[in-house]
Amino acid sequence: MSRETLFNAALLLGLLLVPIWALLTDEPFTITLATRAVILALAAAGLNIALGIGGLVSLGHAVFFGIGGYAMGILAHHAQGFTPLMEWPFVIEGTKSMPVIWLLAIVVSALAALVIGLLSLRTTGAYFIMITLAFGQMFYYFAISWSAYGGEDGMSIYVRNDFPGLNTLAPIQFYGLCLALLVVVLVFSARLRRAPFGLSLNAARQVPARLEAVGLDPMRLKLVAFVISGAITGLAGALFADLNRFVSPTMFSWQFSGEIMVLVILGGVGRLFGPVAGAVTFVALEHVLGGLTEFWHIYLGLILLGVVLFARGGITGLIAGREASHD
Amino acid sequence: MTDTVLRTIGICKSFGALQASKDISIDLRPGEIHAIIGPNGAGKSTLIAQICGALKPDAGRVELLGKDITALSTDQRARAGLGRTFQISALAMEDTVLENAVLGALGARGRPWRFWASALGDKDLRHRAEAALERVGLAEARAKRCADLSHGQRRQLEVAVALTLEPKAFVMDEPMAGLGAAGSKDLTGFLDQLRQQAPILLVEHDMDAVFALADRISVLVYGEVIATGSVDQIRTDPRVRDAYLGESA
Amino acid sequence: MSTILIIEQMLNGLQSGVMLFLMAAGLTLIFGVMGLINLAHGSLYMVGAFAAAAVAGLTGSFVLALMAALVAAALAGAVIEILVIRRLYDSDHLDQVLATFALILIFSEGTRWVFGSFPLFLDIPDALSGPVTLPGGIEYPLYRLALIVAGLLVGVGLWVLIERTRLGIQIRAGENDREMIAALGVDISKLYTLVFALGAALAGLAGALVGAIQSVQVGMGEPVLILAFVVIVIGGIGSIKGAFIGALLVGLTDTLVGIFLPELLKLFMDAAPATSAGSAIASMSIYILMSLVLIWRPSGLFGARA
Repeated sequence: MSRETLFNAALLLGLLLVPIWALLTDEPFTITLATRAVILALAAAGLNIALGIGGLVSLGHAVFFGIGGYAMGILAHHAQGFTPLMEWPFVIEGTKSMPVIWLLAIVVSALAALVIGLLSLRTTGAYFIMITLAFGQMFYYFAISWSAYGGEDGMSIYVRNDFPGLNTLAPIQFYGLCLALLVVVLVFSARLRRAPFGLSLNAARQVPARLEAVGLDPMRLKLVAFVISGAITGLAGALFADLNRFVSPTMFSWQFSGEIMVLVILGGVGRLFGPVAGAVTFVALEHVLGGLTEFWHIYLGLILLGVVLFARGGITGLIAGREASHD
Repeated sequence: MTDTVLRTIGICKSFGALQASKDISIDLRPGEIHAIIGPNGAGKSTLIAQICGALKPDAGRVELLGKDITALSTDQRARAGLGRTFQISALAMEDTVLENAVLGALGARGRPWRFWASALGDKDLRHRAEAALERVGLAEARAKRCADLSHGQRRQLEVAVALTLEPKAFVMDEPMAGLGAAGSKDLTGFLDQLRQQAPILLVEHDMDAVFALADRISVLVYGEVIATGSVDQIRTDPRVRDAYLGESA
Repeated sequence: MSTILIIEQMLNGLQSGVMLFLMAAGLTLIFGVMGLINLAHGSLYMVGAFAAAAVAGLTGSFVLALMAALVAAALAGAVIEILVIRRLYDSDHLDQVLATFALILIFSEGTRWVFGSFPLFLDIPDALSGPVTLPGGIEYPLYRLALIVAGLLVGVGLWVLIERTRLGIQIRAGENDREMIAALGVDISKLYTLVFALGAALAGLAGALVGAIQSVQVGMGEPVLILAFVVIVIGGIGSIKGAFIGALLVGLTDTLVGIFLPELLKLFMDAAPATSAGSAIASMSIYILMSLVLIWRPSGLFGARA
């Protein structure tokens, strides 16, 4: 086993054991923190597919996070108010069923990623970064002006949504659900990397000319990667909304897009568990530094500068060596 | 029509005032190596780019097996049977030799849309890739990362990736570039045999290799083909001597 | 709807466009010469606004406030260029994005630490306050008119600097070929610091000028930064002319659509939904404009073709 594999296993074990320990010692806040970390890791795992494998520096992934959040917010809002979502041409009711909400979050995020991707991928490099950032801002302002769903103030959801067979109001059960989804996405990412799609996408990032020369279209590969990536981040958004029982335009904000990217880089870009390491570190820093000073973002900024200038592989790189494993 | 595999018909390309391709018509016949030579700046790269699809000609056509491929993109041309190698190795440096070769095999199959089953675990892909590596003599190095290969090995891998496509015609942009004498000799011997599988359009600066390999040579000067013929014809052609030796002769 | 209102709104659009140009010009210059994508440009805008508000508060002089904005932003720009930015010129865009994102965090929280979370206010100088009557009997705030004139003057100055001076020749050479200007004996690292500080000063100036009609607060720079990105995507990265045309297009579109679209929709539907639908679509209008330009010309109106 390589050091990276050991490190990943340790991370996963920690995510399993810490909440159980918190449950036994009656520290529900720790479970909430862990849930936050797992959901952020899921959002970052989505970005890692576009950024880490495909090399797409998307500074607008908050769009998908926000769409997931509003998918949950809108469906639950109608369910708790007993008002139909739509009456014409046929009646659609709101719902509090998580699987339905997740499905909608994934589908709508994927569609948004398809449209944004089609436009943004006409360009590369700095243009791509600026355009994804701009589309993020577009959704942000749209959410603010969408007064039917809370406008600038956002919406509160009074109950947590349901999952068949679970009591989602119990923090540990909701945590388990989120962790299970994260594991599913990580397993999918791991398979994806080695599958024909991942191999081609990885090459599309490194040498697009070679890809074309063997008869593959790098642009289409990147578009599909962007869609998958957006769909996963959208799912994370729906869970995040459920965790907070609140959605607001800040889920669409450019700061959040930046933060998802920070999670990926902090953990180690392109590493399978990079998003997990990044999210756990981020939430821990937020909790510890945030407790010490109101201005903890200064320290986050300094740490981030240090990582960019001196530790390109992120945390995983520091612990497991610079080279990504190729076993 | 059947006796040419690949041909250009009167292609022209200008960049502003510079005419990089002037009415170029060349063809590639089954089983031959057709070398394109010319001084630096003669327009060889521009010609290759138009044949492979990176540039669109202002006028003229490119045909592969009698089919007009001028409107096709680079990847469509590759799927139609055009296998190319690059002057500067274009390989996925972070990946292994085998992964690079499998990438070629994937392209040949044309369907990268599989998200679960391992690419290296696919028997058909792996077989194709390993066969190509075997042929260029890289089988031993299959698990090495590309970044760790020697320059010569990268040149071999370039050819191997093109081989996995089982193309109808090869277009090779200076495959000998940067190889030592021994490396050049090995590759020359290999290309000599490869022409049986599919003809090769060869752009090359290494004149020893060109004269040893080429069935025909076309000489490109200032965007224009000034002569096409056998090695002996080209050696003695006064216009070629003038273009190459010009002032210094 | 009267002609007066239309002219008034066009002037508003022009004013916001001209201010956007000051931001976009610096960004596009820095990108063109050094190949750097600088997210922290909005922070320099904020630094300018805070410096102006602080100095105006102490001295009561608007002129001193503007000078302070220029100096503070240029200085902040030079310092981050020397400490951080110059290590990023050869890095990929991802590193540049992250490092400059880190700078935003440091600048924003640092400013909050020093000045607190409450907005500061920068008053319009007496000489420029109040309305002025334009030909045709249009009353328009004098200060906003002064902003338009100031912005255009800076634009002309920038054009002279780049087209007519030695520094401008070096800047243009730097856009084409780094090795070449090094070979000509120009001290590249000094040139880069200078260009970065110049871009920063333009951002700081914009921050101070706009700060007098909006509140001066932490986070004020980023919405403007993103608008400036839209401007350069439309105009073409690296092109000052593109930045100018793009800025006017964005300024006018943003202002005019926001005012006129709800009015237009009221012709077809009830007032309340027309207002909310109109403002929702208007909030997206410049991004729709950007998408259209992208479909038409992926590298912008005046960008080098890929």
